[in-house]
Amino acid sequence: MALTVTDLACARGPAQVLANVSFSVAVGEALILRGPNGAGKTTLLRTLAGLTPPMSGSINHVEGAIAYAAHADGLKSQLTVFENLMFWAQVFGTSSTAHAIEAFDLAALAHRRAGELSAGQKRRLSLARILVTGRPIWCLDEPTVSLDAENTTRFAATVKAHLANGGSAVIATHIDLGLPTARVLDITPFIAKGLSQADPFAEALS
Amino acid sequence: MIGLLKRDLALAIRAGGGFGLSLAFFLIFTALVPFGIGPETGRLADMAPGLLWLGALLACLLSLDRIFQLDWEDGSLDLLATSPLPLEGLAAIKALAHWLTTGLPLVVAAPILGLMLNLPGPAYLPLIASLLAGTPALSAIGTFGAALTVGIKRGGLLLSLLVLPLYVPTLIFGALAATRGAQGLDSTVPLVLTLGITLGCLALLPFAAAAVLRVNLR
Repeated sequence: MALTVTDLACARGPAQVLANVSFSVAVGEALILRGPNGAGKTTLLRTLAGLTPPMSGSINHVEGAIAYAAHADGLKSQLTVFENLMFWAQVFGTSSTAHAIEAFDLAALAHRRAGELSAGQKRRLSLARILVTGRPIWCLDEPTVSLDAENTTRFAATVKAHLANGGSAVIATHIDLGLPTARVLDITPFIAKGLSQADPFAEALS
Repeated sequence: MIGLLKRDLALAIRAGGGFGLSLAFFLIFTALVPFGIGPETGRLADMAPGLLWLGALLACLLSLDRIFQLDWEDGSLDLLATSPLPLEGLAAIKALAHWLTTGLPLVVAAPILGLMLNLPGPAYLPLIASLLAGTPALSAIGTFGAALTVGIKRGGLLLSLLVLPLYVPTLIFGALAATRGAQGLDSTVPLVLTLGITLGCLALLPFAAAAVLRVNLR
């Protein structure tokens, strides 16, 4: 298993959002997270990425295997498309940006400043960043927002290629990406009920 | 690490960066001083070392909220935190980039602005030396303060309140070194103390900044 999550409880700020989450993702497999707005998909992904420590439970994967992509694109508008990608390649210690530029058809935009791009183009650049990290487990939060149909297909093909190369992915999305090896996990049953147990004041009051 | 430093320097220098802001503030501050306290050269010469230090410190303070806030707003701080780069290293590089784009230009500008305040001749060397020794501490302390207040909207006021008391020792010893130089006295002791504060800050504060960043990114 590339990623195993056991009895995980996640919190956003002081409030517990999810409880008893257990799942595993095999090598070459994609897990699609579903759930209504505010259910805790982003919180779960942030916990997987290591930004938020879990309240309880465990997350098992190879150290430094997860590449995280948030809602925010994380781009610098003053830098060009190429400079943005090159920066992340340097941070992650990978040298090549060519495959990422090709996968998201960014060659024509490579020397435009990120600030001059449209929302969809920015999103393509931010998805290309994931390829540049060279990490095997992708944790993507609503990756297809502002992508048109053509680029959504392009993204799905990139994920497919990544899975075929021994990668895995956890993707929070509301659309059907058409991935053959994808499993869907509805997180609605895991939503924590009642007062948040992480908040000592709420606990004292109850 | 080098990539992050290069990016931060590029961002500071390009349009919309904060490179000129502190320098311009320092220039305006120094240009206005004679209007405020009168143009008598004798009085200006007495106050010049302290005023230049104060101006540099306030100019430094002005640019602190940019250290992490911009990266936090566009989401790249989250992404950096999940990268192989340790947060301690991130904080150290951020402080270094801040010093290179703010502290170092202030050090270079100080002797030129010293002319405008009739800074006595023997004070130039101690002033430059004390600013060189002291401004890295201002950047390191400022990075820690910026890490504490990252994510707070309009956190600049809180940042200033948190950071100003921590700036006081550097200001006292740095300005003292320059003042003693102006009076023709030996300024080795305050210089060494300024350098000591800086080295202590550089050794400890990147770890403190990384710890508070970890909490603030939750």
